[in-house]
Amino acid sequence: MVILAGVALFLIVQGMPAIVANWQSNPELNDGFTSAFDSFWAYVGPLLFGTLWSAAIALVLGAPIGIGIALFISHYAPRRLAGLLGYVVDLLAAVPSVVFGLWGIIVIRPFLLPLSDWLNTYLGWIPIFGGQVTTTGSTILAGAVVLAVMILPIITSISREIFLQTPRLHEEAALALGATRWEMVRLAVFPYAKSGIVSATLLGLGRALGETMAIAMIISPAVIVSFLVVTEGQNSQTIAANIALNFPIASTLQRQALIGTGLLLFVVSLAVNMIARYIVTRGSSKTGSKKKRRPRPLVVPTGDATSTLTRDLVADKNTAAGPEGASA
Amino acid sequence: MTALSPRTVEKGPVPNSLTTGQLPRFAELYIFGASAVVSGVLLMLIGFDVIGWLVLSAVVYLVLLGILSSLVENRRKAIDRLVRGLVTVAFLLAIIPLVSTLFTVVSKGIGALSYQFITQTGGSSFNPDTLEVTNTPGALQAIVGTLIITGIAALISVPIGLFTSIYLVEYGRPGQWLSRTVTFLVDVMTGIPSIVAGLFAFSLFTIILGPKAFSGFSASVALSVLMIPTVVRACEEMLRLVPHDLREASYALGVSKFATIVRIVLPTAIAGIVTGIMLAIARVIGETAPIFMAASFTDNFNSNPFEGPMQTLPVMAYTGFAFPGTDIAASNNSAWGAALLLVILVVILNLIARVVAKVFAPKGSR
Repeated sequence: MVILAGVALFLIVQGMPAIVANWQSNPELNDGFTSAFDSFWAYVGPLLFGTLWSAAIALVLGAPIGIGIALFISHYAPRRLAGLLGYVVDLLAAVPSVVFGLWGIIVIRPFLLPLSDWLNTYLGWIPIFGGQVTTTGSTILAGAVVLAVMILPIITSISREIFLQTPRLHEEAALALGATRWEMVRLAVFPYAKSGIVSATLLGLGRALGETMAIAMIISPAVIVSFLVVTEGQNSQTIAANIALNFPIASTLQRQALIGTGLLLFVVSLAVNMIARYIVTRGSSKTGSKKKRRPRPLVVPTGDATSTLTRDLVADKNTAAGPEGASA
Repeated sequence: MTALSPRTVEKGPVPNSLTTGQLPRFAELYIFGASAVVSGVLLMLIGFDVIGWLVLSAVVYLVLLGILSSLVENRRKAIDRLVRGLVTVAFLLAIIPLVSTLFTVVSKGIGALSYQFITQTGGSSFNPDTLEVTNTPGALQAIVGTLIITGIAALISVPIGLFTSIYLVEYGRPGQWLSRTVTFLVDVMTGIPSIVAGLFAFSLFTIILGPKAFSGFSASVALSVLMIPTVVRACEEMLRLVPHDLREASYALGVSKFATIVRIVLPTAIAGIVTGIMLAIARVIGETAPIFMAASFTDNFNSNPFEGPMQTLPVMAYTGFAFPGTDIAASNNSAWGAALLLVILVVILNLIARVVAKVFAPKGSR
């Protein structure tokens, strides 16, 4: 398990020369893609902003939909369909990112063109939709949409698991008191799954931050701070995509500069992931041991309340000291 | 005889207190049909297009349903129906891009895919006599590269991951600082961005071997950095599922700890472990960025993982688009072919994982 420390150490060792180098006078850095920047921080700042910005847009688009799907699979879909859908979502989590990138180029860019026009014409007074509207579709909006599609399976599968772990007696109790399906979800499922949802979102954010190919292939970037989402050539570049695009043409010191940006990305996503893990462990220690209760998607009843209630009562007589007891 | 008032015969469904004040059973279907027709007609007037029609009918449906339900039923039921509609719409909305991805890849890639594409080394060759560049579509070098790199990555990370998880489950006590640290590090490693893993492998091999240290092996190292945490997680979950009774029964018979793990615990959990490993391989096989950094790309056939750049399917799909050769259409075409092959590989690995999970699932199969 020295690998993690090793990764950090190597990145620091390799990135240091470029971070501390004098960017104004060094001839190697005054050439090519690093020539316009005074210092390492001036170079990495816009990149960091672009990374966070695109991930944030992706999250805003993707997270509600992902949670919606999870809710649909766990509490609304017919049981047989739910198993199949769960499998499809898991499969999609394994589709390589480069495939999503190709798909983004071919499908999403032209698809979003009319939408970009519309946003620019009618909502242009909102700053982020302003500017010169795109003609090719290589916008950060397109990149973020593809990112959103990519993080959907992750958010969905994690929050689905959490939703399925809601104690069934809580749900039955809410239904028995006359709550509608939505009120049951709001009163019983959401409070139970709150920390899970937050951490699923953060893990999705972590994936979006480190995603390289989709962004590198779709947007036409510039190393600037820009909030505009429907222009081309004025999109904030992300760290990962910047590394992928410039790495083959970089000289030694420039490579080290890129490694330095990679180090920063590493630190940021590390922080996001640690926050997510922290929230998960805090949430699960409150509600009893999480590991032992494996969710079983196929067994969860969706319709007939009475039969499951009796079955639960019988079952719970034997294992009364479950999480229900712990959280009561 | 006084005349009894004539009995009225009920016609149609008998009203009863349970179903009054509710929308009829298939109301949602009717309303959806109506809203589809209405928005279709509306769009006919200003110009029809499929996406606009779907979006508009979804909106009309939600609004209609909300209004009707709050008129006939009550506010709570209306909100319930509205949320059900919203969740379903969110689901359909998400299924569209996912299905569209698969559809695009299959339809674009199927043209490039042929027997020759799989068995030929691709690239362009220059004929000095006629001064012509001929492009041969082919992915053999990429297929071989992908399999070698992923295979070595699996060889590195499966033992490490398996032993780590055995340590965590069997030897480490929960409160112990070592197992706590290891668990924490594994959790954190799950979130390493793939490109950072590529940078790590690249800089590691630059230090060891000097500049331009592109090799398949260094890509394998990058992939195993990504793969180890996944393997550890999967194996750990599976080992924890093995009932304690089995272990205790084995100890009671005087079997040593090592033998218990090898003969009892591992065979019981083998299905889950194999499934987890397969899924981990399926995840890393499609990683583009780290391989691109560490193994670079080439059109030459190279089956030696320790020397020279190596081509892989994901990188081939990327470079086919980003750095097309003289014939752009052909490059793009083979990029799609590579993407389709990659998706097929991933699906096959997933299916194998499912089948293994099914076949080995009954206990005592050994």
